[in-house]
Amino acid sequence: MKTAYTKPTALLAYLILATAILWSLAPGLFTQGDPIIGDDRALLAPSATHWFGTDSVGRDLYTRVIYGARNSLLGALVAVLVGLIIGTSLGVIAGTLRGKAETIIMRIVDVLLSIPSLLLSLAVLILLGFGTMNAAIAVGVTSIAMFARLVRSQVLSVVSSDYVEAAYGVGSTRTAVLIRHVLPNSLTPVLALVALQFASALLQLATLGFLGYGTPPPTPEWGLLIADSRAYLATSWWLTLLPGAVIVAVVLAANHISHIINQEGQV
Amino acid sequence: MKSTQVLLRVGQAILVLLAAFTLAFILLTALPGDAVTTRYSNPELGLSEAEVSQIRESYGLDQPLIIQYFMTLANFLTGNFGYSVNSGTAVSNLMKSALPGTLTLAFLAFAASIVLAFCIAFASTLPGQGWLRRTVRALPAFMSSIPSFLIGIVLIQMISFQLGWVPVYGASNLQDLILPVLTLAVPISAPLAQVLVRSIDEVYTQPFVQVIRARGASERWIFFHNVLRNAMMPAITIAGVLFGELVSGAVVTEAVFGRAGLGNLTVQAVANRDTPVLLAVVVTAATAYIIINLIVDLLYPVLDPRLCRKANS
Repeated sequence: MKTAYTKPTALLAYLILATAILWSLAPGLFTQGDPIIGDDRALLAPSATHWFGTDSVGRDLYTRVIYGARNSLLGALVAVLVGLIIGTSLGVIAGTLRGKAETIIMRIVDVLLSIPSLLLSLAVLILLGFGTMNAAIAVGVTSIAMFARLVRSQVLSVVSSDYVEAAYGVGSTRTAVLIRHVLPNSLTPVLALVALQFASALLQLATLGFLGYGTPPPTPEWGLLIADSRAYLATSWWLTLLPGAVIVAVVLAANHISHIINQEGQV
Repeated sequence: MKSTQVLLRVGQAILVLLAAFTLAFILLTALPGDAVTTRYSNPELGLSEAEVSQIRESYGLDQPLIIQYFMTLANFLTGNFGYSVNSGTAVSNLMKSALPGTLTLAFLAFAASIVLAFCIAFASTLPGQGWLRRTVRALPAFMSSIPSFLIGIVLIQMISFQLGWVPVYGASNLQDLILPVLTLAVPISAPLAQVLVRSIDEVYTQPFVQVIRARGASERWIFFHNVLRNAMMPAITIAGVLFGELVSGAVVTEAVFGRAGLGNLTVQAVANRDTPVLLAVVVTAATAYIIINLIVDLLYPVLDPRLCRKANS
């Protein structure tokens, strides 16, 4: 069966994402180098021994990108989980309880949306302090509103359907309806949003890392790698372009997967 | 729209704004403890406890939180944003001197992004199904997948260092703006182009386009006179989203290019944990966002008479 899930571009997206995930799970499989301690001359151009060249203190950039995947992907995963868990809970509560609870929750969502995402995550970061996990939580807070809105509208559309009324008619409880009907029906759009927010979290985390609020050096993180390269712009293009290309590829892949989930409907 | 509806919508906007202020106050003032004690109780400064508490008093931090909240709120309403913990300067003065740089950048970038988005939207309607059309249509998704700091750095690398078109040092004011404006224009034009392309496609499927075509109008006439005008409506609804991109993008762009402005002020404030400055920036941005969305909501039925008719019938 030929669907959007098996198109060549989709397969490429899976491949890119799977590679990045493998990098973060088992970086030692892809490189023998050390991500923290350099063992060669500084600022070597890409070659057979150093695929991405070396950085300003002679560390292999390819190794640092691979080890950086762990911080970047884990951060994005935590960010999405924060948004998914809190946002979905708020959405379900708003959609099922209705009334005052719904009004209050949806106004909170409006407020969260009214602060530009970077400023909101910076405000949370000031509160929590800098660092990988804190940056991830700060980015996650910015996605709560999106999840809450989506899940609430899903709950409302499912709850008003005839089969839910029938389910209540044969004695289902509210919880049973949530688990049997609302949850399965909301899965597809929520999954699409998860993929979309994963991509957006990667970008936002790279930005926070670039500004110096994320993972502290010398631990590699994708945004930080590019920030470190700024002093060598005139001479060493590989320091920015190659890690940059990796970020763009992974973000594009996640965005594309979100796009096909939305397009195809059921998973 | 009836005047009661308008009033209701305005009241709602004010409530959301008040709530946004409260959230920012909780995040930046109530929860972190006070910035003054953290900063001045450092033993290296050699201040006695009495002196620290005197400084706290001068910032109003000796008051209970609820009083601080209402005092800050009252001050914000009169345009007094408090004093920077880091430099002691009035935050309103800091913002006033930072605003022109950011406004110039944001305005030019917004204009550039509209031009860019319209070019992409126009190119996406050109006939043919070849690779060129596919490339143009994939462009917005690609542009929104690039971190904006990377765009800035690559532009500096290519245009300043490789091609030497814009000098790195000693550039004129105008030259200094070119690369930051381009950097900021990309992330804003991406969602705009996405919405435009989608809604142009939608408008093309409507029967009235066939009617105009049957009457003998040229494709170009149809595009500019009929399709584009209808397709622009949905683009207006994402004004709030664009503003958010503009703010986030301005912070990053100013950091990359080392430009003075609100973005740089924000980055400095975060690095120094200067919470009064960040509070002012967050509340200002939220106010602008809420006003923009309010204007869009109120303007939409005026611009699209179909909505008015629907509401009245």
